[in-house]
Amino acid sequence: MTVTDPGPVFAALADPTRRSVLTRLASGGATSATVLARELPVTRQAVVQHLAVLDAAGLTRARRHGREVRHEVRAEALTGAARWMTTIARQWDDRLAAIAALAEEPPVTGPQ
Amino acid sequence: MEDSIVRETVVAAPPERVWEVLTTAEYVGRWFGADKAEIDLRPGGSFVMTWAEHGVGYARVERVEEPTAFTFRWGIEPGAEPEPGEETLVEFTLAPTGDGTLLRVVESGFSKLDRPAEKQEWHRERNVDGWRQVLEAIAKHFT
Repeated sequence: MTVTDPGPVFAALADPTRRSVLTRLASGGATSATVLARELPVTRQAVVQHLAVLDAAGLTRARRHGREVRHEVRAEALTGAARWMTTIARQWDDRLAAIAALAEEPPVTGPQ
Repeated sequence: MEDSIVRETVVAAPPERVWEVLTTAEYVGRWFGADKAEIDLRPGGSFVMTWAEHGVGYARVERVEEPTAFTFRWGIEPGAEPEPGEETLVEFTLAPTGDGTLLRVVESGFSKLDRPAEKQEWHRERNVDGWRQVLEAIAKHFT
């Protein structure tokens, strides 16, 4: 497979709160941890920890805006992971089609 | 639901015939697109595919329930044996439908690849189809 290891991205996305954080950042743009904590049912400290995991997976990045640190989504890792999933699914579709074609071939009967 | 990719198709052949194609080395090489396939068809048996282009893929057979279930663990890296953190689980199931077979494949375990620091998270909610929707929804904002 000639795709970057998607492990970190999937592991980061395995947590529902992190998915919420990511969705919120994607729809609402760069946001501080304080604002995120106000909107999500978790503490600011938990938000900071989730953001650290998302950062490490390359899904988000922090940027300073004056006195505030705002977090934003990095599209590359997301689209990369989505593309990877689509590729794997397509490979299985191809293999299933090949299995079907082989199984549906008329049985080979010898000349005698 | 696990972190998985689920695909299925209906084959116009009985499960016994689909099973033969699914588990016989000669056929496996063909549908896997490998130049060569070797399979020791029993739980724990080795399953090796060779591609001139990509190298050797190693898998380990888990379930062999003719003609309904065939599963194996698949090493994600070419040339490496399947082992925790380096493998996905591939599960084929066959069910008779009409005069054919419903053939389903599930590949799971993507969130378990790599990353020991994240191990605890792996046991939480995992749903790649759900993630996929999330990914696609999020990706839309950028396209």
